[in-house]
Amino acid sequence: MFKFKYKGAELIVAFVLSLGMIWPAYATSDAKAVDKAPVKTKGSSVDVFDIATEQDKKSTADHSKFKELQVDFKDGPAVTKACLACHTEASKQLHKTKHWNWDYINADTKQHLGKKNVINNFCTSVPSNYKFCTACHIGYGWEDENFDFTAEEKVDCLVCHDTTASYKKLPGLAGHPNYKTMEWPPHSGKFRAPTDLKRIAQNVGKTSRATCGACHFRGGGGDAVKHGDLDSTLTNPSRYLDVHMDAKGLDFSCAKCHTSDSHEVAGSRYQPTAVDDKGTFIRGSKDERNAATCVACHGNVPHDGEYEKMNSHTDKLACQTCHIPAYARGNKHTKMSWDWSTLGEMDENGKPKKIFGSEGKVLYDSKKGDFTYDRYVIPEYQWFNGEVEFTLADTKFDPSQVLKINSFKGNADDGKSRIWPTKVFRGKQMYDKGNNTLVVTSLSDDKETALWKNFDINKAVEYGMKYAGRDFSGQVGWIETEMSWPITHMVAPKEDVVACHQCHTENGRLAGIDGIYMPGANNTPLLDKLGFALALLTLIGVLIHGAIRYFMHKRGG
Amino acid sequence: MAERIYIFKRFERFWHWSQALLIIFLLVTGFEIHGTYSLFGFHAATELHTTAAWTLVALWVFAIFWHFTTGEWKQYIPTMEKVDAMLKFYLTGIFTDAPHPFKQTTVRKHNPLQRLAYLFVLAIINPLIWTTGWFYLFYDSWESWGFGWLNLEWVAFFHVIAAFMILIFLIAHIYLATAGHTVSAHIKAMITGWEEVED
Repeated sequence: MFKFKYKGAELIVAFVLSLGMIWPAYATSDAKAVDKAPVKTKGSSVDVFDIATEQDKKSTADHSKFKELQVDFKDGPAVTKACLACHTEASKQLHKTKHWNWDYINADTKQHLGKKNVINNFCTSVPSNYKFCTACHIGYGWEDENFDFTAEEKVDCLVCHDTTASYKKLPGLAGHPNYKTMEWPPHSGKFRAPTDLKRIAQNVGKTSRATCGACHFRGGGGDAVKHGDLDSTLTNPSRYLDVHMDAKGLDFSCAKCHTSDSHEVAGSRYQPTAVDDKGTFIRGSKDERNAATCVACHGNVPHDGEYEKMNSHTDKLACQTCHIPAYARGNKHTKMSWDWSTLGEMDENGKPKKIFGSEGKVLYDSKKGDFTYDRYVIPEYQWFNGEVEFTLADTKFDPSQVLKINSFKGNADDGKSRIWPTKVFRGKQMYDKGNNTLVVTSLSDDKETALWKNFDINKAVEYGMKYAGRDFSGQVGWIETEMSWPITHMVAPKEDVVACHQCHTENGRLAGIDGIYMPGANNTPLLDKLGFALALLTLIGVLIHGAIRYFMHKRGG
Repeated sequence: MAERIYIFKRFERFWHWSQALLIIFLLVTGFEIHGTYSLFGFHAATELHTTAAWTLVALWVFAIFWHFTTGEWKQYIPTMEKVDAMLKFYLTGIFTDAPHPFKQTTVRKHNPLQRLAYLFVLAIINPLIWTTGWFYLFYDSWESWGFGWLNLEWVAFFHVIAAFMILIFLIAHIYLATAGHTVSAHIKAMITGWEEVED
């Protein structure tokens, strides 16, 4: 239990102890483990359906009684037309949102962002890959740049308002569900029956963890891949996994925090709220602030009693830093790195191959390169003031450095930053070696130039760049990249928060964060050496003095 | 023949020993918070340290009141008289059983070196440890008190310096408690109140 950094301290404390102090029987109370045994969650569609029907009982409208919905729909847009017959303004509202446009201008940084514009270090870029990417678009038929963003019937109401858990938009169908029997996943020998649009339309209801999760849990192309703090275990989570969404407890839907007005949903990763010092967000408030913050409900001084001191931490720390001790806490692996540079290696028959790890995760895929995964991951911490600067398509960079796809701005001194937990996703990806810019790569297009058809990265980039109308030098290189994701979901119950000593110690969680003083983190090494040396000298001095007294007295007496 | 005089009154002894325990406990928990070792665990150590500090504050309120109402505060008025004799005694005389240069009385309990040492504690160490300690405790209020410019690093730095001074004082103090005319004379006096004084 005792660990001394200084030999002198040992002597001094031994001396102090020898005074006969009675130690209070005080147990070490903050030695809580970060990781608890994972709790199994049932993510079956039946549970979701049950929740949804309960919810529907509260609604004043039973959609199955509407004549407009008692028809056999030929496709998604036909359902939308029926919806619009009553909900006349719905599509007009959605047309204004990021969910629809995938296009966003950050008013502060003036950067032109949005899903269709940014390049990340997962599948990298949307243009030339629309049919696959737009499986997560809230519309029907976005398969190229000619998509009509003003078409009202192309808004997909069902993907968000389905309550049956049977509506599924498949990659490659440009945002449509399957209307015919279809093999899914490809080459699996399993078949999906045609989507029962009539049943789904008659059972529409509020959004749920399952509907939001259909896309947001699967960012990066699969369950748990991208965010780290969002995966399908949140469909039906335990209290341990998320204290608010706990299916048997508070049972929050996503929309409980991510409130919406005219289909515009609160919260953004392009322009996040890193610091909310405005206290609770009272109903009726005309303030146009983000409702999806911790403070919006909990206020700025939420701790009392034994943990009152934690209020003193809120000038430096985001709530999430203590309250989300790890991400991927639902026992699913999140992707930690993606190395595109190794793609294209074939098996002995010259066919594309996949190598699986012991837990069934793909470690290598000829189409994509190498992956690593992790779960119960301790976040990397960064100062963050909410400003995110992206490396855009036309941003030139120095290829000898690790490239930050997005950099989180902020520091200890700007007065508007907090230390945030983040997932840093590391990649090695293609770039234009001549122009030192990121590239658009055609991955899944029908064309023969698509990477996943012919495994020729040069052709794939050349076509992608041409498609995007961008200048390409003809040379593809590999650049190491990092992308940061703020961790804000999977909020632990209070008994599982980060314990004091995990930061207040040498080489603790916040080691390497500058501009803060943390007691316990070996902050004053010089003073400590000097202080203990002087104390030790004093001790030696009095001991010698005492010894001389003793011997002189003995001789004299 | 030795004469017995009643030097330390009941409250004074209570004050001394409870203060001693609290200070040692504050040192133990304080250095744990500082990161020197791990004993109670960081969170428990901070709670215990804070509780012990406020207990000591309460004790001091009583002690200050007592010193002023009894006039005992005068015991801490410094004097340079016989300081050299005291130093000489500790450096040589004490080894040869030379007579103590200071004669203790009820109106002059402390030898001149003690007076200086306690005054140093009162005037330098205590203000330093208390001021920095309170700033530490009321970190949240700096802004509203007009101390927004202060930084925790410096507050902690001086708090730790003061703690080292207390540690060093404690070592010397405990040792010098054995420097009476017998090894246990001073200690007994602090327990019973009665000191045997040589004629």
